[in-house]
Amino acid sequence: MAKFQINRRKFLTSASLGLSGIALSGCDAFDSGLGIGGGLRSFLENANGLTWRAQRLLAGRDALAPEFTEADIRQPQRPNGVTAPDDDTYKGLLANNFADWRLEVTGLVEKPLSLTREQLQNMPSRTQITRHDCVEGWSCIAKWTGTPLSLVLDQAVVKPQARYVMFHCLDTIEQSLSGNIKYYGTIDLIDARHPQTILAYGLNGKPLPIENGAPLRVRVERQLGYKMPKYLYKIELVDSFANVGGGRGGYWEDNGYDWYGGI
Amino acid sequence: MDSAATSQPATAADARDATLIYRQSRWTRLTHWLWAIALFFMLLSGLQIFNARPQLYVGKESGFAYNNTILQIGAENTDNGPRGFTEIFGHRFDTTGVLGWSGPPGQETPRAFPAWATIPSYYDLGTARVVHFFFAWVLSATLLVWLIAGLVNGHIRRDLAPRVEDLRKLPRDIVDHAKLKFHHTREYNTLQKMAYGGVLFVLLPLMIVTGLAMSPSMDSVVPWLNEILGGRQTARTIHFTVMVLLVLFFVIHMLMILAAGPINELRSIITGWYRTDPPAKHDEPAERSA
Repeated sequence: MAKFQINRRKFLTSASLGLSGIALSGCDAFDSGLGIGGGLRSFLENANGLTWRAQRLLAGRDALAPEFTEADIRQPQRPNGVTAPDDDTYKGLLANNFADWRLEVTGLVEKPLSLTREQLQNMPSRTQITRHDCVEGWSCIAKWTGTPLSLVLDQAVVKPQARYVMFHCLDTIEQSLSGNIKYYGTIDLIDARHPQTILAYGLNGKPLPIENGAPLRVRVERQLGYKMPKYLYKIELVDSFANVGGGRGGYWEDNGYDWYGGI
Repeated sequence: MDSAATSQPATAADARDATLIYRQSRWTRLTHWLWAIALFFMLLSGLQIFNARPQLYVGKESGFAYNNTILQIGAENTDNGPRGFTEIFGHRFDTTGVLGWSGPPGQETPRAFPAWATIPSYYDLGTARVVHFFFAWVLSATLLVWLIAGLVNGHIRRDLAPRVEDLRKLPRDIVDHAKLKFHHTREYNTLQKMAYGGVLFVLLPLMIVTGLAMSPSMDSVVPWLNEILGGRQTARTIHFTVMVLLVLFFVIHMLMILAAGPINELRSIITGWYRTDPPAKHDEPAERSA
């Protein structure tokens, strides 16, 4: 029986044929079916729910994100998304140094609130040096100072049927035919009550700059940057986000990002 | 070649049947193909994710006010029009058409990895993450199933565990591979053990660990992980480097299969049955003792 022996020329020919076959197979073959709402996409998205539950199970309610030292702050916090809101409302508030700005706390709460900057800053504060991880892949370490969100929620007294905290923002992130879309986002109550989840008004020992979200932004240290809205003006307690925007729980979520951004 | 060996009770056919052995268990075959599928999708979605930030850094964070970039893929305007470049440790290479600047003639766009190498083909970070994390679960679950099955059925101990004689055979094995001279036996040769063992016990676990280290939530569960890896951005750089090594493994894996006889090799990883060399023709009978 003749053994299948291949010579060098034959080997190289078939090898290069095989490799070029791989190179020629364009990946646009997988483009269809991956759009938001598509069956294949929806099936694959189940993995995000699994990740959410698994990480909640492992991390629990209070496991803290790593905190760093002053020596780790080597550069200004890199801003992302909108860095100078062009909205008239925002510019009007800015002109007055946010004296007329209020943080509204509404929705499923017993006592709706309307807090000034001073009132927020007079509440107990938390300062933490943490690493901001952008969904794009970069990281930046900075020192954030703010009011723990849990204190604000306690003051407003959250109703038992509330499941999510929805953040409403002043900045227009997208101009579409059906009108301007302002940034918004949601987190669950476990992350909302996490000790490191703060409404930040200070960055690296100074007032929060405009590009980083002045007068107030959220820090959710166990998730990625797109889960931490800037230019905050309203916190709404909701039991569902299905009827807001695209129904996926946030501006970027409506554009295809997973609702859970812990990975 | 005659395929109906069983229909002829001739002695030649009997000898031929003796060389056909059941080499790969159903667990090995099933997990092999699950990995093949998962790694295919993870590679192409991973390259799409990389395109969102086509730079690699060393340390806890990305340097914007200082430089800790060790790799960058980008596009720049030159006198000859836009060009793609890849910069590794300060050395810049023109990679127009593939890395940095690519697309159909006249419709090139600035993108790190080209459309044919990413899922989706157009820029879409969100979708790539959905695909990547779905198959991350598939890959991890498959590795766990393989590990348990491999320990229970003896595959790991019998076929992959390195032995002293493997070291002795190594020089000969390298020479044989270089000459494209392959021995078809029940056992893996030394280089095979090193390659498969390296992928299954080093590269894939390292891939999963560095992937988890990039998750801000997992970072609160295992904060020491990033510390031993050298920081989140170093973990990301290792994740990318392991990808390159896995691609390299895949290329060599394909070349070796083509060289060693693709029909026989494919059959063994699909059906489990593998045609070994006839004993008489084998120059090292000691190797055949199982």
